[in-house]
Amino acid sequence: MTALSTGQRSRVSLRGWSGRAVAGLVLIVFVLFFVIPIVWLLFAVTKSSRALIVDNPFSLGSWTDFVANWNQLFGFQDGAVTTWIANSAEYALGALVITLVVSIPAGYALALTEFKLRKPLLVLTLVVMLIPSTALVLPIFLELNSVGLIGSPLSVILPMSFFPFGVYLTYIYFSTSIPRDLLAAARIDGCSELQVFARVALPLGAPIVALVAFFSFVQNWNNFFLPFVMLPSSDGYPIQVGLTSLLSSTPAFNPSSAGSDSVQLPTLALATIVSVLPVLIVFLFSQRFLVTGMTAGGTKE
Amino acid sequence: MTLAPPSDRLTVDASGRRRSARSGRAPGRTPIGYVFVSLYALLALAFGIIPTLYAILLAFTNADGGFAGFNNFVTVVTDFRFWPAVLHVTLYLVIWLIALVIFVVLLALLVHGLRARWASTSLRFVYYLPGALAGASSVLLWLFVLDPTASPVSGLLRLMGFNSFVQVIQPGNLPAIFAIIAFWTGAGGWIVIMYGALNNISTDILEAARIDGANAVQIAIRIQLPMLRKWIAYMGVMSLAAGTQLFVEPQLLSQASNGVVPNDYSLNQLAYQYAFEQNDFNGAAAISLILLIVALLLSWVFVTRGGLFERE
Repeated sequence: MTALSTGQRSRVSLRGWSGRAVAGLVLIVFVLFFVIPIVWLLFAVTKSSRALIVDNPFSLGSWTDFVANWNQLFGFQDGAVTTWIANSAEYALGALVITLVVSIPAGYALALTEFKLRKPLLVLTLVVMLIPSTALVLPIFLELNSVGLIGSPLSVILPMSFFPFGVYLTYIYFSTSIPRDLLAAARIDGCSELQVFARVALPLGAPIVALVAFFSFVQNWNNFFLPFVMLPSSDGYPIQVGLTSLLSSTPAFNPSSAGSDSVQLPTLALATIVSVLPVLIVFLFSQRFLVTGMTAGGTKE
Repeated sequence: MTLAPPSDRLTVDASGRRRSARSGRAPGRTPIGYVFVSLYALLALAFGIIPTLYAILLAFTNADGGFAGFNNFVTVVTDFRFWPAVLHVTLYLVIWLIALVIFVVLLALLVHGLRARWASTSLRFVYYLPGALAGASSVLLWLFVLDPTASPVSGLLRLMGFNSFVQVIQPGNLPAIFAIIAFWTGAGGWIVIMYGALNNISTDILEAARIDGANAVQIAIRIQLPMLRKWIAYMGVMSLAAGTQLFVEPQLLSQASNGVVPNDYSLNQLAYQYAFEQNDFNGAAAISLILLIVALLLSWVFVTRGGLFERE
């Protein structure tokens, strides 16, 4: 956060109107690029499938059409969407809790205590953090397959709970923002190691707990490949994988699917919004802290 | 989202040692550190180390468990779908990385140059917002955008000569399309990170340059860009490693196009085909291992050559 206040005066402003005009144009073109799809999506869910194609893309449809789309979406396969959302919540929150219970003490120990395997564990964390999580999905499938866990919620929750990036963030935070003297003082006052962690470090570490929780939740909720591979039955899908079922029932993208349970385009658009709604809400609430503080862990001073 | 900030403070080496010398634990105490890391170590073992070892084992054995040497790798590499998949992923990576580096740096510089604070904050937010729509959701949204019948930019698509969805998703366009989707969801996070890095450049240096008569463009090229170098390298390698794993975009596009886009377009899709369509887990393990080695090599280059984790 201090970075921002010092940054105020270091801004390099463009001089001359032509330079500023070009810069402004570039910024606005990219605003349109990033925003148009989202705005369009918000309008699309209020339209009938005919209006979606015929009407102006940025015109408002009607409440009736929105309700019809809503009913079609949640009526799909006898309420499959509700099940998928509940599954997503179960997986994302389950993994989130385990991630916090596991990562925060680990990051704390790597930063502020001494033990022989500290350095190897740190290097391992670094390396695994850099490997894209997708790279390990098939090997993890093969491993869990051999112990018969495939299809169980644990096959998704446990691998997602392994979150080296969270450990790394916690490690950076604790090693830079908590003076060791403070911990030493608590020890002298008679705190056990567990009490030092719970009563001194943890309260001071609240911001990093929130940050790890945010990243973990967003990543878990949006994860596609892992549940796609681990969960064979539709009942166990999270919403991100469930979207593929909706997609294959949309005649506009899959003509062979025209049947009683087919999905219209506006309904598919509504599904897209519904599938990211929790993440979107978390985003909007933590907007300030994200846009300004996301680099807090990696910046100097 | 894998937005890990590279830190100059990661003190694996020198300072770690210094620290232990300064405040080593009291003699006679149990190394409490082991208790605190035990659960994490368990997960790291189960979902980092063991799967890797298991993949290696499978890649070098055959279906009956006998030693297969490099047979699985030969099978995979000589598969007629392998090299096209490599080509697809490479083309996509080239387009995506070039776009990412150029536009993220450009936008971060421009946003940073804005005088009005509210404008800078809201622009960062707008650029960052699509990050909430990741995975299948963003691909679904882009299916709409790319379908001229429903698209909000259908005028633009028709202007470019595309009148139907099938015309848009011709094979030649796919690397660019996947790059656009990935850029749309991911660029904002990097812009925010670059912006933070720009904020950390000392005021004195910029002030001095300005007094010497440097204009904004000169300052950007001579001072700001070199100081962003580490972060750009970091973004490049992270994105490169992640990009090799392309899966959800071609998978959904294949489904939405009735096979106009093949379901073995990317390497990860091919590995998936091996495991679940051909029941050849050894072949799938071989492809996974190749992808894993590429990811590991890239991170190794990143750690050793990039100098990102060194102290200044």
